[in-house]
Amino acid sequence: MDLFETFFNLEVLQQSWPMLIKGLWLTLKLGIASIIAGLVLGLFLCLLRLYSVAPVRFLTRCYINVFRSIPLLVLLIIVYYALPFVGIRLSSFASAMAALTLVSGAYTAEIFRAGIEAVPKGQFEAAAALGLSPRQTMADVILPQSVRIVIPPLTNNSINVIKDTALASVVAMPDLLKQATQAQALAANPTPLIGAAAIYLAFLLPAVLLVGQLENRMNRGKS
Amino acid sequence: MTGYISIRNLHKYYGPFHALTGIDLDIAEGEVVCVVGPSGSGKSTLIRCINMLEPFSEDSEILVDGVRVKPGANLAKVRTEVGMVFQSFNLFPHLTVRENIMLAPRRVRRTRKSEASAEADRLLARVGLTDHADKYPSGLSGGQQQRVAIARALAMEPRALLFDEPTSALDPEMVGEVLDVMRDLARSGVTMIVVTHEMGFARQVADRVIFMDGGAVVESGDPADIFAAPKEARTRDFLQAVLDH
Repeated sequence: MDLFETFFNLEVLQQSWPMLIKGLWLTLKLGIASIIAGLVLGLFLCLLRLYSVAPVRFLTRCYINVFRSIPLLVLLIIVYYALPFVGIRLSSFASAMAALTLVSGAYTAEIFRAGIEAVPKGQFEAAAALGLSPRQTMADVILPQSVRIVIPPLTNNSINVIKDTALASVVAMPDLLKQATQAQALAANPTPLIGAAAIYLAFLLPAVLLVGQLENRMNRGKS
Repeated sequence: MTGYISIRNLHKYYGPFHALTGIDLDIAEGEVVCVVGPSGSGKSTLIRCINMLEPFSEDSEILVDGVRVKPGANLAKVRTEVGMVFQSFNLFPHLTVRENIMLAPRRVRRTRKSEASAEADRLLARVGLTDHADKYPSGLSGGQQQRVAIARALAMEPRALLFDEPTSALDPEMVGEVLDVMRDLARSGVTMIVVTHEMGFARQVADRVIFMDGGAVVESGDPADIFAAPKEARTRDFLQAVLDH
């Protein structure tokens, strides 16, 4: 059948498979590196946002708002195509990681902040009334509850970062999508694109289902 | 006389609102005091000042067993000596019932784990919840959660307990089980200050009833006297409104 031959051509898929796997490897490397760097940046921003002096709190809030507003593709293109004019020349991988990290860090900071602020005031009071120090209160009472609150949104954010790595193909990084479009051009057949889509789904669909399960479990755990 | 807990000239402001307008109060060791009054009268604010969950004016003075309540080492000492039970229980939802009770002794008193665990089980028996030690708070009824909260406060072996409307968040059928535990405690000789709307409990258990309104103590005395023959018009009006229901 023609449609099957066109979109699900096994021969073409077989030929392009090594390229796709190479692209997948780069996609995962970029995604995971950006997620980890974003977590570190986000935690740092969150602590500044909550516990530093007023001017720093204000600047942190500005950063978070700006980087949550700017389209990732615009940021990526600025980093890759505009920064060289001021002498900053980053590779396509470094540009993509920088853009993903800057944005992911802003979202992560807000997730962490919400996690700490979502713990009811009564928990702080009960800990204080029992004589726990502020540090013990954070370590034994507040943070364990915050972590449970932030795991679903953090997982969600990580899924977004992995998805957004596909934008790196715009700055010529040979990620999964880029490899697929090249394989498509070589074979004059769209099957590699379908293959790439299937690979994205194979990784991200379970993650999406996992978030749903985590959220359900959280809701059950509530008193 | 100065009491075990001694409050002098206690003022508390929320912005421009004068929530406590110069309260003087002495509570003897082992005394059971019930604080009653309309909502917004400052009852909860008063007891929350004793362990400084609410900061209060600098010129006010609260002493607990001779120790002045102020931030720092003093406050840490006072908080280990004065336990508190909240209206909304405030159990730690990520810890089991036993872990809730063990946390403060382990962290603050550095009690050994086996010892703290045995003590937790003993306290659970005392509040009638022996079989629930390994459950999480969300698996318990409101009345059971509040009894755990009492056990948690007792684990620090406090000499005084503050109760902030401990039965107000409970379904009616669970009020009794919590009041029974509190009645038991009152007999054990621990000092208790109970903010409550349970007039029956106040009448039977309290050594002294304090009626508050507008941030001040309007009247205080023996429960039999207060309930039978209140001196102040405001006390009469309040009691009439509550008891007629």
